[in-house]
Amino acid sequence: MIAGTFLDAFRFIGDNPGLLLHLTGVHLELSLTALGIALAIALPLGLWLGHLHRGLFLALSASSVGRALPSLVLIAFATLTPLGIGFWNNTVALTVLAIPSILTNAYFGIVGVDRDVVEAARGMGLSERQILFRVELPLGMPLVIAGIRIAAIFVIATATIAAIAGGGGLGQIIVDQASYGLSGVIGASLCVSALTLLAALLLSIVVRVASPRPVPAA
Amino acid sequence: MNVVATGPVIPNFGTGSKCETGNGWWCTDWLRGHWGDTLQPALVQHVELTLIAVGIGFAIAFLLALAGYRFRFLDPPIGVFADFLYTIPSLALFQLLVPLTGLTVTTVEVALVGYTLLILYRNMLAGLRNVPEEALEAARGMGLTRRQTFLRVELPLAVPAIVAGVRIAVVSTISIATIAAFVIPNGLGRPIFIALEQNLFKTEILAAGGLAIALALVADTLLVLAQRALTPWSRA
Repeated sequence: MIAGTFLDAFRFIGDNPGLLLHLTGVHLELSLTALGIALAIALPLGLWLGHLHRGLFLALSASSVGRALPSLVLIAFATLTPLGIGFWNNTVALTVLAIPSILTNAYFGIVGVDRDVVEAARGMGLSERQILFRVELPLGMPLVIAGIRIAAIFVIATATIAAIAGGGGLGQIIVDQASYGLSGVIGASLCVSALTLLAALLLSIVVRVASPRPVPAA
Repeated sequence: MNVVATGPVIPNFGTGSKCETGNGWWCTDWLRGHWGDTLQPALVQHVELTLIAVGIGFAIAFLLALAGYRFRFLDPPIGVFADFLYTIPSLALFQLLVPLTGLTVTTVEVALVGYTLLILYRNMLAGLRNVPEEALEAARGMGLTRRQTFLRVELPLAVPAIVAGVRIAVVSTISIATIAAFVIPNGLGRPIFIALEQNLFKTEILAAGGLAIALALVADTLLVLAQRALTPWSRA
């Protein structure tokens, strides 16, 4: 009976490739918009604060407050804003959820760079901007990218819940068993799980590529 | 399994107070009338869901961490499995478990436990591995057996990392447990869903959401205090 349920789910996926692809597109559109806005806000802020060695409190509280905000609560709160019910209320909620891990990791990635290296660069006459982009960022890159990876996975996963607040995506099927039946709900759950796992895998490869390779001993 | 409320949970826009019929931002009369039958039971259920999940998750993660610590080759597969579980969206995982365990608390707890494993396992293992080699040498020199070394040296020194893991696990379980209301009528997610369906009843969304955030913050604070009490030597 259980195997039958999952077989039906795969049959649903096979019967509705158009619908699922369309909703995957909507899902990614929502996730990537939110992630893009979050990156535009949190990345420069985190990098610059890290460079200045200021704002430890902000970076720490962003991560702890960010964790304490349940995603469902934020999505529900966003329905009460003047943004209406649809795309933008969910985009704002997901953006807020994505900011803490990007900000915190960017900050700690830059702050953790060896101070001697930074001083050496300053002594060589590099400007503050050059120090950040040519010295600190390359060295702090693994942590910065790791934060973006966490945020991206979290946003794609949470975009599923946006369906309760008029948002698109694969969650639309999952929250609407009345229309799509159990096979649809399970089928869409499998699709969204595959989507997040694929995103996680791709981003892991990016993290690996961005990490500096150990210098071979002379 | 508890039933959320026996009385009418949904504000009756026809006969309620002016604030309720007008969908006000903060209707104190509604809050007073429905604290006992809606909000308070949901809060209690939420705490129950969280405690059970973190309790079971702690036990499983501890055994896994012991295995990964003693036998290093076990660490990568355990880590990959926990990472895999953690990546699956909670709403999807709840639904995928429904054919196996039904619309029950068990379904929700299995998923919640799964989400705690990654954080707890990683922190426990990191805590154990970061015990300084000198401390282990000293213990060996004092003639402590392997078991004594573990219980009296390695475990106490790993406590800060373990508690840090528990903090993150508790707070994120409180967050994910709100989504459990998709499959069972328990927890603080329930009033939020009902309010979303009832023309976005603002008072209920704000009250239940506020309670969930407050619960997470209070739990986090309590665990910080617990950590200080458990590791008196770390206070400088």
